[in-house]
Amino acid sequence: MPFNLTRPPSATGLIGLALVLFWLFVALFGSLLAPHPVGEIVAYDVFEPTGGAYLLGTDYLGRDVLSRILHGARFTIGLALVAALLAGLTGTALGLFAAVSPRWLDETLSRFMDALISIPSKIFALVMIAAFDSSALLLLLIIGIAYTPGCYRIARSLAVNLNAMEFVLVARARGEGRLYLAWVEVLPNMIHPMLADFGLRFVYVVLLLSSLSFLGLGVQPPDADLGSLVRENISGLAEGAPAVLMPALAIATITIGVNLLIDSLRGKIRHAAGEV
Amino acid sequence: MNQLLLLLGKRIGAALLTLLLVSAVVFFISSLLPGDAAQAMLGQSATPEAVAALRSALGLDQPGHIRYVHWLGGLLTGDPGISLANDMPVAELVATRLPKSLVLAGITTLVAVPLALFLGIYAAMHSGSRTDRVLSTLTLCMVAVPEFLLATVAVLVFAVKLRWFSALSYAPPDASLGEFLSAYAMPVMTLCLVLVAQMARMTRAAVIDQLNQPYVEMAVLKGASLGRVVLRHALPNAIGPIANAVALGLSYLLGGVIIVEVIFNYPGVASLMVDAVTNRDMPLLQACAMIFCAAYLVLVLFADICAIVSNPKLRS
Amino acid sequence: MSAHVEVQQLQVVAETDTGGTITIVDDVSFAIDKGQVLALIGESGSGKTTIALSLMGYARGGCRLESGSIRIGATEVMDLSREQLGQLRGRRVSYVAQSAAASFNPSRTIMDQVTEVAAIHHLMPRQQAQKKAVELFRALALPEPDSIGSRYPHQVSGGQLQRLMAAMALISDPELVIFDEPTTALDVTTQIDVLRAFKKVVQERNITAVYVSHDLAVVAQMADQVVVLNKGAIREQGATAQVLDAPRDEYTRTLMAAARQPQRHGPELDSAVPPLLEVRNLLAGYGKIDRQGQPAVPILSDINVSLQRGATLGVIGESGSGKSTLARVIAGLLGPAAGQVLFDGEVLPPTLKGRSREQFRRIQIVFQNADTALNPAHTIARILGRPLTFYHGYRGAKKQQRIAELLELVQLPANLAGRPCSELSGGQKQRINLARALAAEPDLILCDEVTSALDTVVGAAILDLLTELRSKLNLSLVFISHDISTVRSMCDEILVLYSGQKVEYGRREHFVKPPFHPYTDLLIASVPELQQGWLERVAQRPALPEIGRSVKSLELCHFLERCPVRIDGRCNRLPPPRVQMQRGNEVLCHHGEQELRELEIPPLKCVAGGAG
Repeated sequence: MPFNLTRPPSATGLIGLALVLFWLFVALFGSLLAPHPVGEIVAYDVFEPTGGAYLLGTDYLGRDVLSRILHGARFTIGLALVAALLAGLTGTALGLFAAVSPRWLDETLSRFMDALISIPSKIFALVMIAAFDSSALLLLLIIGIAYTPGCYRIARSLAVNLNAMEFVLVARARGEGRLYLAWVEVLPNMIHPMLADFGLRFVYVVLLLSSLSFLGLGVQPPDADLGSLVRENISGLAEGAPAVLMPALAIATITIGVNLLIDSLRGKIRHAAGEV
Repeated sequence: MNQLLLLLGKRIGAALLTLLLVSAVVFFISSLLPGDAAQAMLGQSATPEAVAALRSALGLDQPGHIRYVHWLGGLLTGDPGISLANDMPVAELVATRLPKSLVLAGITTLVAVPLALFLGIYAAMHSGSRTDRVLSTLTLCMVAVPEFLLATVAVLVFAVKLRWFSALSYAPPDASLGEFLSAYAMPVMTLCLVLVAQMARMTRAAVIDQLNQPYVEMAVLKGASLGRVVLRHALPNAIGPIANAVALGLSYLLGGVIIVEVIFNYPGVASLMVDAVTNRDMPLLQACAMIFCAAYLVLVLFADICAIVSNPKLRS
Repeated sequence: MSAHVEVQQLQVVAETDTGGTITIVDDVSFAIDKGQVLALIGESGSGKTTIALSLMGYARGGCRLESGSIRIGATEVMDLSREQLGQLRGRRVSYVAQSAAASFNPSRTIMDQVTEVAAIHHLMPRQQAQKKAVELFRALALPEPDSIGSRYPHQVSGGQLQRLMAAMALISDPELVIFDEPTTALDVTTQIDVLRAFKKVVQERNITAVYVSHDLAVVAQMADQVVVLNKGAIREQGATAQVLDAPRDEYTRTLMAAARQPQRHGPELDSAVPPLLEVRNLLAGYGKIDRQGQPAVPILSDINVSLQRGATLGVIGESGSGKSTLARVIAGLLGPAAGQVLFDGEVLPPTLKGRSREQFRRIQIVFQNADTALNPAHTIARILGRPLTFYHGYRGAKKQQRIAELLELVQLPANLAGRPCSELSGGQKQRINLARALAAEPDLILCDEVTSALDTVVGAAILDLLTELRSKLNLSLVFISHDISTVRSMCDEILVLYSGQKVEYGRREHFVKPPFHPYTDLLIASVPELQQGWLERVAQRPALPEIGRSVKSLELCHFLERCPVRIDGRCNRLPPPRVQMQRGNEVLCHHGEQELRELEIPPLKCVAGGAG
């Protein structure tokens, strides 16, 4: 039947796409567009409201909130992207490796991953930070370790299923080596679901990074990501200062945008797969 | 029957083994710190001799694996050591804080689980309808919202603007019901929003998965009403996945509670743990981390047991 | 009096992704008198199930009953509200689905589900419903009718579940019963029992029914009237005898021709040359191998077989017989627990690890399901190109040219090369699957149920192609199938497997007249013939002879549990001997040649010289 991938995208999917594109643009060029240097105190009034001389008001020191967000977004998105990529690539590679490895190796690796996944990511992050002091590199490492097992599980189960497919059996009976099987026969069929998984994981990473910064345990001053902005301005909450709400809203629009986009794409992928 | 017990025994054994592995990971990460506890307690100005003396008093001069065995033994006998920050036994600190966290988590669970199941099942029954699409999009957005945004908005609206509740939440033991409710309203609401969204989504997916099975079409062709199809046919088969959804949702609660306790200044075990991180109070941190990890494993185990017991193929 | 069920100008549409609609059932009209059985026959995509379901006012996801009239008794189904449809379904019209295993709720007992209809429609009290269910179980020849209801679906066999589902459909004494391919998923020896049970209740209770099937021979047994469908439209309808004996429509004739397997002869063989493939004393299975050398899950035991160059060996057996395992062992995908595979006189290394590239090249395997046998991420050129590069080092223009030749060889247009395989039809995929094996220029191709997933007409074309290629390229084939008529039509030699035992082995000609192994006998006798009244003519099988407890530890005959001629004290005590019949076929049985010759065998229509 004539189904195809070109069915019109849903409205929510389009909103998601717009949000994602917008934030990608901000992450890339935001610091160039910022009206003020990130650390400059521009006003005597702290916690100014929106709409005045400063579009999103001023923060607890009288700095321009818009500029702070444009810079902070780069930190949040950049760090989360690299970290999620690290976890995604490691997890996929290990999952694929386990699926084509001898049984004992697969079992050992899977057991170890099961143990790792049993430590809730926030708890793991707190233990790591207490032990090593927070830094961008450590955060990267924490997320790499904390999110690899989840990714590994999905990749492995995909790869194990694919590995039992007849086209892989045919390739094995042809005399192909393990590397060829993994790389040419199995991996190409894992990419779509793994990309969807990557998107969702990115959302979790953004949320975890922001939470840590909000607790004062994430990105350390003078650098500031969106979570740190919420934390440093929390004293403005009582007066409803945009300096508190805007960074928090920025985080929410990033994560919601990605979620909406992935959700609409996943429907399509499932649809396409169902037709095969 | 024996087979079932064997299967359950295996699952519990595996969970215990995992917990042991987890304890090793937690212990060794937190013991690898560059400056050690003795130095941290005495400060930078302490003489090397004093530090060395304290180290041997604390047993820090022994090799890692021996310290691990000691620590594990202590943990199992209810004595996870002395807090470095305030010289109190960790057990005592945890004992005062843990019940409060359990109350918070308990109330949240009581509110969130029925609500999530209702929403999830309702959406699945009417999948594709307008209500379902709206619920789907709402929950999809809600699971992506950071807790501190929800918490700050809640404070802003209910404490600052409407002045319904206090921004600090803690009800003294002798509080009246009204005080109790108003103290817990905001933290519970904050936790529930994300929790309900997450569990409702997974419940919906689990039920829809069953509704797409041929036996459901068969039930429809027998003339069964939608209610009967869902309640009598789909749900009994969705118990395993739904239990899984609930367990995963509640394990999220473990993370969410950290932010919420800090924001609302709630004296629970999660805020205790954050303090331990800031003070680098390792014995306290290790104990708190193990509580959270054990809670997570218990939840996952619970879901597994539900799935096993609800499946007649495994039961017989 | 007008017909009991009348469908007029029914049109069913499906919604496409782009928001448009396509018509999947168009202008279909037929009528059924009370007590009559009407068959809807057609291949996949013919709309037969869609039409059957529309009789219950039901359309599957994405489909819609667009226009037309469906009248059952005095009720116009198209006009019913949702509640009224609920009252119709299960009570007045009931449904027997293709896959009983999937259509029973796995977490509720069988009795609970069989009597549910009575509860939904408040037909009778629970006790009475249960009593009626037990009566139906008995009428449908189910074992232990009094207690079978308390089991869960996974605790009974597929053939029993199918009959239990019929009991579920009949408990409300409906005006119309829809049988939707109810025996397609069953083994042929099970199918005959289920058909018999169905036929009996349909006749005894004077049931009005719609019987959906792709199998003309089954339809010939069950139906009074036949409607032949193709792509959602009626091609021909009439009384069963008329449609079968004197089809008016071209399409019906094509279906009939495909159903009658012609002889597909290979070249004459020279038996003097040493065999190409030899399997010696093979023991294979899955899991760890214990101290006695037995695998944890033994599948095949004591298999000896050989294959001449250019010949075709048919391997036949039902699901679980180990026929696919044999192919995997030969291909090296599964190492045997004991025994050897010899290829061209040389012992093949047991697993993939030890085999040389040349050994790989000379043996190719083609799987049943072309959907899963072709990598969906690759284009056709890539799928065919890989073995060319891998085995022969072809690259660039040479490779492209060879791909075009291969496509031509399997009768596909050369411009398919750049397409992903997801765009092909089932038959085209199977041709690509075959072309990939041919790309290696092998000596032996292992064909594992290569036509089972295809429609009869498409499958017949693939068989013709295989036969042609076989002569053209001097290929040897191991042809694995569950369908004895296909095997008899294709193969020079036939190996019959039952639960991992080689119960019979011989030349094709020996599979026409007895003496046979009792299982071969059952298998041959169970294949429905394209002839009305066959089901009644096939001798009702006698009850199985009583036997005592079997001794464990010895390799007894695996067919013992179902064998109609088993002998107490012999079959359950001693391993069966392998008997060489006079004409050359081997049989694994305690009975001698004379005894087997006298087995009750219905007159068999010779397969040779069928319709061409």
